[in-house]
Amino acid sequence: MATWKKLIVPIAIIPVLLLLAYGFKTNPREVPSPLIGQPAPPFAMHFFDGGTTSLGELHGKPVVVNFWASWCFPACFEEAPALEAAWQAYRERGVMVIGVDIQDREADAKAFIERFKLSFPNGPDLQGKITIDYGVYGVPETFFIGKDGKIHYKHVGALDRKVLRAKIEEML
Amino acid sequence: MGPSLRRALLTALIMGVLGAWLGAAPAVSPEDQVHLLAAELRCPVCQNLSVGDSPSEMANQMRELIREKLQQGESPDQIRAYFVSRYGEWILLAPKRQGFNWVAWLLPFGAILVGVGVIGWVVRRGAARSRASRTEALQPLDPQYARRLEAELKEWGR
Repeated sequence: MATWKKLIVPIAIIPVLLLLAYGFKTNPREVPSPLIGQPAPPFAMHFFDGGTTSLGELHGKPVVVNFWASWCFPACFEEAPALEAAWQAYRERGVMVIGVDIQDREADAKAFIERFKLSFPNGPDLQGKITIDYGVYGVPETFFIGKDGKIHYKHVGALDRKVLRAKIEEML
Repeated sequence: MGPSLRRALLTALIMGVLGAWLGAAPAVSPEDQVHLLAAELRCPVCQNLSVGDSPSEMANQMRELIREKLQQGESPDQIRAYFVSRYGEWILLAPKRQGFNWVAWLLPFGAILVGVGVIGWVVRRGAARSRASRTEALQPLDPQYARRLEAELKEWGR
């Protein structure tokens, strides 16, 4: 009887503590995106350099859509050279890289592009519609859209050259 | 007045009262509807804040999108489904009442029932113990003491 009495408090409290620990330790950005394997939400963009595009125009090409911001340090700073290198390496093979600048100031964004000599098209998502449509939690996040127009993979956090190359090769 | 006429008058009266009551019910303004829906959604860039309560730019953009969708005639259910299709069920502050989610809805009530049961059991056990101790106290005295008590009482009463 005495042992049972000693055990009842831990039996009641431990599962609650475990549940709370699980809940608090779960990073929302690691919640799997429901968009994987689904058709990529269509969007149209005006780039900083004056150009425009829409996802419809790019159908049949693998597209890498990178969500970034100039204030996103260090992750966006780390991955910017890798994205530029991937663009340079794969543009001839029909791969498109697009940068979507979110929650940013235009001058800061342009300075960022200049700093990393980014030559792939970049544009702002002024109303956040593309950001919400892609279920973005924060920056950086990158979506790999296959030739079939479906989302092949979503990467959360800074991309490195190895992951970029591997995921682009999978889509080619 | 025939029974059918009485029934018709009664129906008209009920309909009139209901109509007046519904007409008087405060209508939810479009802005309230935006806030009600936003309050159900978790702000993706905040710690435990709803889209309705967060001052962040993303929450602001989400509220604007909700407003736009309502203006386009989308129903609250359609708007909720849109956010779930983008962010998963995580975006809903209250899980849907289906499947495994029922555990989250019912567990607190189960815990309350178990708690009430435990309290009831403890109270009943305590009551039984005090009854038992009272009964013990009322047990007949040792005859030797009873005789002595009686004798002393007599002496004292003299």
